[in-house]
Amino acid sequence: MASAIKQTILHILLIYFNPPNQKMLFTAVTNNSKQHSLKTYNIHKPKPFLMKILYLSCLLLAPLFINAQTEIDAIMMSKNNFCFGVIYQNSSWNKYWEGSFKRENLNLGTVTTASIAINANYGLSDKLNLIVSLPYVETAATAGTMAGQKGLQDLSFTVKFMPIEKTIGISTYSLYAIGSFSAPVSNYSADYLPLSLGLGSKTATIRLMADYQRGSFFTTLSAAYTKRANIQIDRNAYYTTEMHYTNEVDMPDVIAVNARIGYRTKRLIAEAILDNAVTQSGGFDITTNNMPFPSNTMNALKAGINTKYTLKTVPALSVVGGYNVVIEGRNIGQSTTFYGGLFYVLTFKKKVKNEK
Amino acid sequence: MKSKIYQKVSSALFAMLLITNYSCTDELTERNQQFSPLNPTNIDDLAGTWKPFLLTSPDEFSLEAPIATNTAAYTRELNEIKSYQANLTPELKQIIKYWSAGGVLRWNEIMRSLVAKHNRPPYQNPDGTYPAPSPSNPFANPEFPFSNPPYAARAYAYVSAAQYDAMIATWHYKKLYNRAAPFTVDPSLTVLVPKSTMPSYPSEDAVLAGVTVELLKLLFPTEIAFVQQKAEEQKLYRIISGANVRSDIDAGIILGRKIAAKFIAKAATDGAGAAIGNPTIWTQLQTQTAATGEIPWLSLDLPARPPMLPLFGKVKSFLMTPETIVANRPPPPPSTQSALFAKELAEVRSYSKNTSRANMAIVTFWADGVGTYTPPGHWNAIACEAFVTENYSEVRWARNLALLNIALMDAAISCWDAKYTYFNPRPSQVDPSIKTATGTPNFPSYVSGHSTFSGAASVVLSYLIPTKAEQYKTMAKQASDSRLFGCIHYRSDCEKGLELGEKVGGLAVARARTDGAE
Repeated sequence: MASAIKQTILHILLIYFNPPNQKMLFTAVTNNSKQHSLKTYNIHKPKPFLMKILYLSCLLLAPLFINAQTEIDAIMMSKNNFCFGVIYQNSSWNKYWEGSFKRENLNLGTVTTASIAINANYGLSDKLNLIVSLPYVETAATAGTMAGQKGLQDLSFTVKFMPIEKTIGISTYSLYAIGSFSAPVSNYSADYLPLSLGLGSKTATIRLMADYQRGSFFTTLSAAYTKRANIQIDRNAYYTTEMHYTNEVDMPDVIAVNARIGYRTKRLIAEAILDNAVTQSGGFDITTNNMPFPSNTMNALKAGINTKYTLKTVPALSVVGGYNVVIEGRNIGQSTTFYGGLFYVLTFKKKVKNEK
Repeated sequence: MKSKIYQKVSSALFAMLLITNYSCTDELTERNQQFSPLNPTNIDDLAGTWKPFLLTSPDEFSLEAPIATNTAAYTRELNEIKSYQANLTPELKQIIKYWSAGGVLRWNEIMRSLVAKHNRPPYQNPDGTYPAPSPSNPFANPEFPFSNPPYAARAYAYVSAAQYDAMIATWHYKKLYNRAAPFTVDPSLTVLVPKSTMPSYPSEDAVLAGVTVELLKLLFPTEIAFVQQKAEEQKLYRIISGANVRSDIDAGIILGRKIAAKFIAKAATDGAGAAIGNPTIWTQLQTQTAATGEIPWLSLDLPARPPMLPLFGKVKSFLMTPETIVANRPPPPPSTQSALFAKELAEVRSYSKNTSRANMAIVTFWADGVGTYTPPGHWNAIACEAFVTENYSEVRWARNLALLNIALMDAAISCWDAKYTYFNPRPSQVDPSIKTATGTPNFPSYVSGHSTFSGAASVVLSYLIPTKAEQYKTMAKQASDSRLFGCIHYRSDCEKGLELGEKVGGLAVARARTDGAE
């Protein structure tokens, strides 16, 4: 009983600490980097069982909206392994949804958000990973007079926990709980959409993820709830669907669902993803010819592919890359995103415990 | 093993549940919800003698005598109050809390929200032209109005001036008929707002509702249902709170409507309806400026949009004659061929290349662009938040906001006169490498509208509340600077705009000295 309580408390703490950050992005910009999916598996433990699919967890991290590239995966780092890497991402759009009305804006032309994120993942145990990500973001519009922005965006810290993993024959079932926390690390202006670096909100996300692998094929399903804290903007009054006389903005929460299917071995991972993020109550639509606002509803249905390849000659090094598009959205850009990155795994302790 | 798994899963789910619950709404604390009930330090009982803007005399519009307070009919009106008070719902309490802060204040807030809601430029036609909002077909696309800064300045001014004249008439009739308030007639009556010693017939709140609703029907015709609902709440609030009986209210509505008609008649002939101009005028502005050897203004919107209200400088003012406007007109801007112009352009370019976060905050704070209550609305918000601490009577609230808003409308007229006299290009037009930190407005550069509005507002507010004069001056300077920091104006636009605004504000101050209120 006592241990059950202890466990519960631990879980709660994990959830509080971590989280993903989602970014915003009316602009559909995404910088995904935050959630990198460090899908490295333990190079010291070649057994498929151990490789475990922590995939999910990384994937989960992915910000909801953002393009989920590699983010949410069901691969765990093994104990005492440390993986770090860099991801470059480029996301652009020249059409967006103003409410449900799809339009272009000649005064913006094509809006691009490029980011470089550093990511790190540490295996506290085979079942518990800590992940950190920090992107540097640059925005620009090809037309109109509005100046682009650049700077550090939001730091995210994630705890990925795999409480259950069971192998029966060639099938492995696993379940993950992922919690993330994100917060802006620079004082960027959120109230400068669609060219702001982010939405400026501290966020906490919890995601539950399930993964099923049979031989080299797998499928992963996850759902996340992101709570977003109020933000402060540079104005002391603003209009949403009514006037507000404060510099504080109530940010609506987000629910996202992510599905993946693909091929996964220790050398190569290739998967197709579908991600749907829906802003919860409190969001509102951009009105005709108005500017977007951080607390707008920003929904996106995305489809894409992610790949990861681990070099044969240098098994500690892997290459990731992916592509995704927004298929349907509300108050976001119809962005096309690609990314690529490198990850490297270090092992701090030689002794590898065997799985119990 | 199985139960352990079960335990883990359930504890994880439990934690999720906790977070989700915890995550409900984060309530915002908004400044306008903190205002206390209006409780004037001076009831201004002689306000019936103050000088109105349009009324020829306070009794230009008649108001019939009220029924006596010792009649059975009056007793029935007292019973209406008591019947509401017997069943006070939280909704009714909320209505009292909201409106008791003051009718002039709350209507000003309502107007600001209407301006913000309708302050959006029309979306282009498929052929790249733009449709214009039409008051005769307000629900068509685009809805009427597009409450841009000149439109908004005029709207605030008409409503404030009409409310002021209406309050003068109200105070006149209050003294004339001297009908006691319901709580004086029946001392057992519960009163839910501070008691006023002024006679209660007609109700000042009802007069405000009557006059304002009529003007808003004209100015924001798509919002009539919303506006009527607010007016009903305001009337109800006076009765439920025990401050007025039904006949105080009914008489007030009638009086307010009559006075509104006079302002509506002026609005129909003040020239604002023609301010949009026509394609001939738009082309002419360009050719006549080019003929002088200067670079004429071009729209930077894509597709190019006709200039905003080019004839607004011809709108008839409350305090200025056309001659005053010309006399106050700023000198020409530096020639686009001059070294001074090049120097000012270089200064804008340097702000564009080095936008500090602090400057960006200033730019955003004062931007008041699309989807906002505009710079005149911003100054109304600033004024109201100061006025609530001054404990004015409704009539003084109306008078001070009328002075402010007439000055802001005159600022719009004078500024637009200068803009379309000189038709000067924006910095990004002359040097496309200049990127801006806020939207580039779709009208000529010289002089800056924000600077003119802010100069005028700061002079009027400094006169009304001398202890805050330094503060207002600093704010106006910062609002003016914000346009240079944002790279959409040159230094001389800002400096000359501030000066022009100060002159225009001086006209309202001169009137304030002689209107009988001091």
